[in-house]
Formats: sequence, C-alpha cells, structure tokens
Amino acid sequence: MLALQILIDGFAISSLYALGAMGFTLIFGVSGVLNLSHGAIMVLSAIIAWWAADLFGGNAYIGAAAGVLAGLITAFITFRLIVRPIQNSRAIPPEEKEIFVLTGTLLWGIMIQEALAHFFNNTPKTVRPLIEGVTQLAGVRTPLNEILTTVVSWAVIGLLWLLVNRTRMGKRLLAASMNPRGLTLLGFELSSVYLLVWAIYGVLAGIAGVLLGAFLGVSSDNAGTLTASAFSIVVLGGLGSVSGSLMAAFVVGYLETLTAYLISPTIRTVPVLLLLIVVVYVRPQGLLGRR
Amino acid sequence: MRTSYLAALMGGAIGLALTAGGAEAADPIKIATIAETSALGGVGIPNAAKIAAEEINAAGGVNGRMIQIVEYDDHNSAAEAVRAFQRAAQQDKVHAVIATYISEVMLALEPWSGRLKMPLITPGAASNDITKRVHDDYDHNKYVFHGYLASTQIADSVCEGVKKLAVGDLKMKTAVVMSEDAAWTLPLDEEYLKCLPKVGLKVLDHVRLSPDTTDFTPIFNKIEGQKPDVIITGISHVGVQPTVQWQQQQVPIPMIGVSSQATNATFWKDTNGAADGVVFQMVSAPDVAVTPKTIPFAQKYKDKYGSWPGYAGYTAYDDVYMWADAIKRAGSTDPDKMVEAMEKTDYVGTIGRINFLPKGDQFAHGMRIGEGYITGLMAQWQKGNPVTVWPTKVATGKMAFPSFTKLPQ
Repeated sequence: MLALQILIDGFAISSLYALGAMGFTLIFGVSGVLNLSHGAIMVLSAIIAWWAADLFGGNAYIGAAAGVLAGLITAFITFRLIVRPIQNSRAIPPEEKEIFVLTGTLLWGIMIQEALAHFFNNTPKTVRPLIEGVTQLAGVRTPLNEILTTVVSWAVIGLLWLLVNRTRMGKRLLAASMNPRGLTLLGFELSSVYLLVWAIYGVLAGIAGVLLGAFLGVSSDNAGTLTASAFSIVVLGGLGSVSGSLMAAFVVGYLETLTAYLISPTIRTVPVLLLLIVVVYVRPQGLLGRR
Repeated sequence: MRTSYLAALMGGAIGLALTAGGAEAADPIKIATIAETSALGGVGIPNAAKIAAEEINAAGGVNGRMIQIVEYDDHNSAAEAVRAFQRAAQQDKVHAVIATYISEVMLALEPWSGRLKMPLITPGAASNDITKRVHDDYDHNKYVFHGYLASTQIADSVCEGVKKLAVGDLKMKTAVVMSEDAAWTLPLDEEYLKCLPKVGLKVLDHVRLSPDTTDFTPIFNKIEGQKPDVIITGISHVGVQPTVQWQQQQVPIPMIGVSSQATNATFWKDTNGAADGVVFQMVSAPDVAVTPKTIPFAQKYKDKYGSWPGYAGYTAYDDVYMWADAIKRAGSTDPDKMVEAMEKTDYVGTIGRINFLPKGDQFAHGMRIGEGYITGLMAQWQKGNPVTVWPTKVATGKMAFPSFTKLPQ
C-alpha cells in the first residue's frame, strides 16, 4: 500500500516538476538564456489565476485561462524589457552578456515577487481546481485534481515534443539551438525564432504555475525556490537537454517523495541537494548532457 | 518606513513653524512598529497600532504629548529587523518598540533591547525563550515584554479546549501532533505531549514538518496510517497549503489546534473555502466580546482596512495603550521608569485583563494566563466565517465538520 502510494504521489509531483522545468530548459537550449525570473513568472500565473477565478464568481476555467495568459504576457515583457535590450546592447561586451542576462532576470524576478507580495500579500494562495473530489486508484485515495495535474502535464509535454519534432516551426527551434548562425545564413529571422520560443515558454510557465497553484498552492515567497528547483532539475538532467530534464524531474520527484515517506518530511529536499552536489562533482554535464 | 511617518514629520514641521515664537509644542511620544508588512498577519501590527494612536491622540494624548507610530518593514528577516531596531533607537529616537510575530526575529531583537535600553514588546511571537531570557538575566533583558502567550501557554490553552471539544463532545481518544519545525513549536510540542494525555487524548505520533513544505500528501498519508481521531496542529509559517490539501485529499481526520494563518480574515478566500471545519486557537475573535473593547476594535479595524484583524492586530492595539499607560504612570519616557511602570500594568485590553508576571517567574514579563486574565478561545471556520466554539460561555456556535471527515461513533 505504501509503495503504491509513493508510486502515485511521486509520479504526480514528478510530472509537475518536469513541466515546470521544461520551459526553463527549452529557452536555455534555444537562446542560451538562463531565465532566473522563472519561478516568479510561475507564481504570477498562479496568483492571477486565483484572483481572476475569484473575480468571476469562482469560475475555475476563466481563472486558469487568465493565469496562462498572464504567464504569456509576462514572458514577452521579460524578453522585450530585460533580455532583448541586454542582448542588443553595444555597451556590454559579448562575453559578459550571459552574466548580464542572468543578473537582469534575477532582479526582474525579485521585482515581480515583491510586486506580488505588495498587491496580494505573501500568504499562500490556492488556485481553484478544475475538478474537485477524490477517487480510488488501486486502493489509494487520490484527488481527481492530482490526476488532472498529471494528465495535463504529460499532454503539454507531449504537445511540445510534437511541436519540436514534427513541425517546421519546431525544426527551426531545433536548428536555432544547434547553430543559430547557420539558421540566419539560410535566411531565417533569428529574432522571430526567439519570439516564438518565448511565447512557448510563457505558455509552459503559465500552465505549470496554474497547475502548481491548484495542486499545492503558491506564495510570492516561493518564487526563488521554484527557480532553484527548475535550475537543479535542469543541471541534473544536463543543461539544454529536454529529455535529460524529464528524467531528472522524476529523479527529484521520487527522491523527495521517498524521503518524505520513509525518512522524515522535515528533510524532504536534502537528499536531492546532496545528489546535485555529487552530480556536479562526478558528472558536471548532467545525466544526459552532451558536453 | 511608510508615508505616515513622513506625513507626521511634515505635520510636525508645520506645527513647529506655526508655534514658533509661542510655547514650544510638546515632543511626540514615538512608538516604532517592526513587522513584515507584506504578510497579512504582519501588516496588522502597524495598522492596529495606528488605530490605537489615533484614539489616544483624539483623547488628548499622554501627559499632553501625542503618540506617533513610526513603521518599519523587516521583510521577515532578523537582520533587517535588527537594523530597523537600531535605526529606531539611535536615529529616529523612538521611546518604545512593538515588534514582529516571528519568534526567530524577536529572539534576534531581544539582546539589542538590552544594549540600547529600548523598551520592546512583541504582539505575536511565542517562543518560551523570550521570557526565559528575561528571567535568566533580568538586569540586561528587563526592557523586553511578551505581549502574546508563550508556546507552553498556547499548548495548555489548546489542551483545555480539546478537553471539552474533542474528548468531551466528540468522544475522541487518540491524536497525532503535527507541527512545523520552528523555534516556537519546540516548547509547544513538548507541552502538547504532556498535556494531551492528561486531558484524555493518547498521542500516537508526533510529526514535525519543514516550514518550507509545499506537498503535504506524504504527511497526511503517514498520519492517516496511524488512524488517530484528531490531528492536533502547531502551524504558523504554513497554513493555507496544508488546509487546502487536507480538503482536496479528503483526509478524514479533523484538524484542531494552532493554525496562525487561519486567524486571518482572508483565510477562507485564500483556501477557496477548504478551511471549512478547521478548528484553531485565538485570543480574540471579532464575534466574541472577550472584553468590552474587543468587538469595537475589530469593527473599527475592518471599517478602516477592509478585513478583520489577525491575531497580532488585537495585541498590537493593546500594546500601544499599555506603553502609553506606562509612560503616563511613569511620568517620563525614561526606559527604566517605563519598565518599572509596565511591570505594574493592570490593563483590560481587547484580549483580556493583562498583568505581567514578576521577574522571579519562569515566564518573567510574560502575561498572566488563566481565569480572569487571558484564557484563549477556539474558533472554527464554518461557511465562510470563523465561529467561536469554546469556551462554552462565550461560544457563538457549535462545531460542524465537512462530510469527508470521520468522527468517532
């Protein structure tokens, strides 16, 4: 029974982690940007979903849509206002641009977090779930919302896979991640590729935020932890490797769940951090990293 | 620091200009509030303090001097709180400080209160160490007062409530204690483990969780595996998330105990109504006339700020009155004289009759607890509102639990 419980809960949380990390790794893979405002964008989406649902008489669907839209808009603003100006700046030497983007997005994330704390205070909020109630999964009482979270996470990851591997648009993204110069030489506008990847990123972060808000609840204080968690998963999986991130999300999700069930919930995240240190020492390129 | 301080400064400057040449206007009595103002519970501290100051000023002030509240935001950081405290004492020259509902922050401020001889009271932190330090080193720490119950006292108050509500009314026999890993819950849990068996609840397990926990599924599953009749809570840093997950997962065991976030008026909305059935400890509630001052204050707070005050709002309001009263009786803002006067406090506030325990007591400068002083209440969220369910003589309703919970037959 306990094993089954760990299996189900671990799967749900891992799927959500995977979705959360997906956008983060995609944007690094395609445009080389480590977006440290990631957690803040997820939290913003969740809080907007909570707020909009309440505004429209508790309509969970309007809330979820508003949350995802907020993620998309914020991703665009992040790109236009923070990332683009740094990338285009002539004053910043090219070799320092990555650090500037890192710092810029970090500070932007803090600004979003503080703004959320100011307008909505930092008490956690929970997004109204799309479906309520529980069901028995092989004898384990499981909330329907947990099942929905898992299904939506996988559906979105699946769609992303299709988009990247089966469409012209996706091939352009892949090409940009491998050889951006080659892509420009073929006559493609690199900036439109970047705009596309930020749009995809915004939707992914928005959905992940809304699901997280409905499954576990979020507070503006969680922004940093969420970025760190996505970062850890991506480093563990190998920077820029989508399948690596997927695998790492499951390692992290199950390790945390096992620790919480079998050792103590107080030290839930400790083994993951230890593992991360070991990986950085022994296999710095991550589980499926190429370098 | 917020605009009220700037406004007061400007007001002061204009006042000075107007009275120039005439009699010198009496300096205001400055009371600082240090709290995390982005947290709903935290912002209640300056908000409530301002209401008290306005009332005192409208009634003529203290010995002809007006009360001025100087606000600082500590962002829930001990380091920032200490900086704010130093600035309040050395630069802004305040006369007393009302600070924080976080024990870790209060414990960081406490030594500075002694060093800078700055009278300090906390309206919400609960650690037993706050008063223990006063007891152990009175000469250095005598400037510190505890304006809220110590953790041990909170646990005792919960046990009293549980005795009637869980053991008496619901015939419960077993419990699991679930509390967060923080300074204030160490003595709380210790006392829970002692007092729960005494009131008739066998403690099957004691689960401590990290205050950073977001996924409570494993914790609830573990607790459910023990088959207790009730979960006795000790949570403050977490609250919304465990409550929502308790409801979403339909954990069939009622939760009764300390849940600080549940004392916030917005708890129902923050949890989308998952709070239904949660029983929590408070010292005051907006629906109970603990004293004749409780309801008028809560109503005034709601009219001004749009929601009921959290638990530290009531106490912060009382704290301003108590400092004002102490200064009035001392006839001075000399810190030693203020402390002496504060020790003789006998004040009926919004939370009950407040007396501070003498220096020889293990809770030196803590509040006297018990019948006729501070007793505590148990309230339950029901259909969007907190309903007081204990003590019986002030209860405004009976307990009701959501259908997914299983009560002993």
